[in-house]
Amino acid sequence: MSTRILDLHQGILDKNDRLAYELRREFEAAGVYVANLVSSPGTGKTAFLERTLSMLIEQGCMAAALVGDLATENDARRLERSGAPVRQIVTAGICHLEANMIASHLDGWRLADFDFLFIENVGNLVCPSSYDLGEALRVVLLSVTEGEDKPLKYPPLFNSADLAVITKIDLAEAVEFDCSATYANIQAVCPGIPVWETSAKTGDGMAAWVEYLKRRKLDWQQAIRSRE
Amino acid sequence: MHELSIAHSLVEIASEAACQANAKRVEAVTLRLGALSGVVKDALLFSYDIVIEDTPLAGSRLQIEELPVVVYCPDCDVQSTLPGVQQFRCDRCGRPTAQIIQGKELEIISLEYTE
Ligand SMILES: Nc1nc2c(ncn2[C@@H]2O[C@H](COP(=O)(O)OP(=O)(O)OP(=O)(O)O)[C@@H](O)[C@H]2O)c(=O)[nH]1
Ligand SMILES: [Mg+2]
Ligand SMILES: [Zn+2]
Repeated sequence: MSTRILDLHQGILDKNDRLAYELRREFEAAGVYVANLVSSPGTGKTAFLERTLSMLIEQGCMAAALVGDLATENDARRLERSGAPVRQIVTAGICHLEANMIASHLDGWRLADFDFLFIENVGNLVCPSSYDLGEALRVVLLSVTEGEDKPLKYPPLFNSADLAVITKIDLAEAVEFDCSATYANIQAVCPGIPVWETSAKTGDGMAAWVEYLKRRKLDWQQAIRSRE
Repeated sequence: MHELSIAHSLVEIASEAACQANAKRVEAVTLRLGALSGVVKDALLFSYDIVIEDTPLAGSRLQIEELPVVVYCPDCDVQSTLPGVQQFRCDRCGRPTAQIIQGKELEIISLEYTE
């Protein structure tokens, strides 16, 4: 009997990463810009997304959404009010979405018909950071009622994001929200990340956000074309 | 808590490798864990012991090598090892930098087994 060492050097999430890579290729080929929305429970992902979908549709864009939830289909019902095609992913207790859950919920959709596809992740500031879903843009949301130090408490997720959105800005005064401290904390864990301030309730900041999103999509298309 | 599902994936990969190597008994699995991986070491160790029961890895131990974040500053052309994960900036000039060289690892390095 002898002891041996077997070198493996294999990523634990390789399977997810490979599938996410394929999804990203599929989304690029179809020209659909995919955004993955992550935040703690109750930050306002669904409210923000409902407004975003309505505005995009009003402006003649085709937008769809996948929404993850531990147990209910409530968020899908809310999002459907925008008129967008929506599918619920019930994760049955799993605290984040994985690439295979996205892949298995695309059946029957013609991706090429969509301009935007949004994925609302399960409300959780820890687990979604490890799972690539094939998205082009990862958006982390943070509400003014959660405390300015959230980015410092959950650096991996904030660091993995491409964009941060501060939600419920209509409540900022009531909770004495410290805007500059929040910006500093976000920048500390993810230098250079763009930050937007919005209220899904009053609509403040929403038009500028949607404009920006459309610009990001154009940049993305440009980048794909120049790669080809 | 997703350490349990991470532990499942880890054990799946390692068990397959152990079978292919005709391992009689796996003594240890070595894992590299970056400070930005989003995985908590203690929770993973705890989950590992639960998940390995009735698998080819039963009785083995998990060795975790923790890696700090290393960032690159293009202005100074230097790498800095960060003391934590809350301030991404260059050691030399103090400017923020988002270029991460190391810290996201979640990787099985090796198996130690007897044949
Ligand atoms: N005042 C105010 N309330 C808001 C705003 N956006 C959301 N809310 C409220 O915040 C609560 C949570 O909003 P949701 O949109 O369900 O939050 P979520 O992030 O989708 O929650 P989960 O999917 O459960 O993680 C609801 O009561 C919303 O009405 C906002 O901009 N202003
Ligand atoms: Mg929701
Ligand atoms: Zn520097």
